[in-house]
Amino acid sequence: MGPEKAIAEKQYFTPFNVVAGIIIFVGLIITILRFTKGIGAVTNLDNNNPWGLWIGFDLLCGVSLAAGGYMTSSACYIFGLKKYHSAVRPAILTAFLGYALVVFALNYDVGRPWKLPYPIFYSQGTSSLLFEVGLCVFLYLTVLFVETTPAAFEWLGFKRIRHWVVRLTLVLTIFGVVLSTLHQSSLGALFLIAPSKLHPLWYSGYLHVYFFISSMFAGLSMVIFEGTLAHKWLHHKMDDTHLAEANGVVLGFGKAASFIMMGYVGIKIIGIAVDNNWHYLTTGWGLWFLVELIGFVLFPAILYSVGSREKNTKLIRIAAIWTVLGIVLNRLNVSLIAFNWHLPSADRYFPSFMEFFITIFIITIGVVAYRFVVTRMPILYEHPEYKKDH
Amino acid sequence: MEFFTLHDFMTYSKGITYLVMGAILVFMPLYWLYLTDRDD
Repeated sequence: MGPEKAIAEKQYFTPFNVVAGIIIFVGLIITILRFTKGIGAVTNLDNNNPWGLWIGFDLLCGVSLAAGGYMTSSACYIFGLKKYHSAVRPAILTAFLGYALVVFALNYDVGRPWKLPYPIFYSQGTSSLLFEVGLCVFLYLTVLFVETTPAAFEWLGFKRIRHWVVRLTLVLTIFGVVLSTLHQSSLGALFLIAPSKLHPLWYSGYLHVYFFISSMFAGLSMVIFEGTLAHKWLHHKMDDTHLAEANGVVLGFGKAASFIMMGYVGIKIIGIAVDNNWHYLTTGWGLWFLVELIGFVLFPAILYSVGSREKNTKLIRIAAIWTVLGIVLNRLNVSLIAFNWHLPSADRYFPSFMEFFITIFIITIGVVAYRFVVTRMPILYEHPEYKKDH
Repeated sequence: MEFFTLHDFMTYSKGITYLVMGAILVFMPLYWLYLTDRDD
């Protein structure tokens, strides 16, 4: 074996590649089981709990945590905050991969992937919120794909088509914000149909507003969190501009997230007051609700505020992780934990091992795809030929 | 608190809601000042 071949094999069998390879291999086996034996063979879903982990985590959390795309691009291109420009491409890429994996994961839950385009092109259920969500996700995924292409065109050297796509940036950004406003809120509105199933502390006539507002700070926190991971593992791929702007992005986004989170706490309290649900706060469910609201929204909001005042980026990065966990907890509370809360424990849903594994499988695909793109295309650095373009 | 009519309930819950909203309207600008007072 020559030394070059030995180096190539050594790089190929890194710990990351081996672990990712094993997860993807097992995930593919479960995928075959899902599509040959049916959804009942791999999940614990039943008539009481038709939506499980794949909807609660993969879809609801995936969409909310992908909100960094519209938040960052609107900050940069609509509000003119060009100091955040270096964060746009990583955020758009994360959002694109997030939405693509949401659609991918949806196939596991819905089944029959070849019928996925039916609601859009064949049989539109225009009175259904799910149709609105499906249409928005379809359109927004297309928008995100187009927004991601300039990096690919720069990598491939397609100058002319890249030039035309870049000219569409503002239009795409506005379109993306409109679509995100619609479907982020609609995902919450889906649960308005089940007032008798969702616990009163989580159920509210403002549920769609909660989902939309929380997606804002979820997106901002995810940009900070993803930037933290990129700085740790892909530092060598970043150029001087990206490194110089990184702290400004963390401080600015942390401050914005803190303000929005305080507003969110406020409207959650309004929701309790409007429905006069104060008495539930003294129950076990009330304690759990307070853990979510105080422990995973108010507390990280205070961490963000202290971090941005003291210019302490480490504190802000901790707050970002905390907030991301809080969003996951909120979406799981609404869709799984506080859903069917009145059922006896024997009838409650808990995901099967294979449901958990498919979720891990999908996250792994996202990480591998992100790594593939970032190590090849100008995402964390500016292509030398296009530095003067903005 | 006991309610006998919908009107009782609405009066009570909306009254509390307006108080909460007033408190938020006062709090949020102050919080913004707290967040930004050390900006350059």
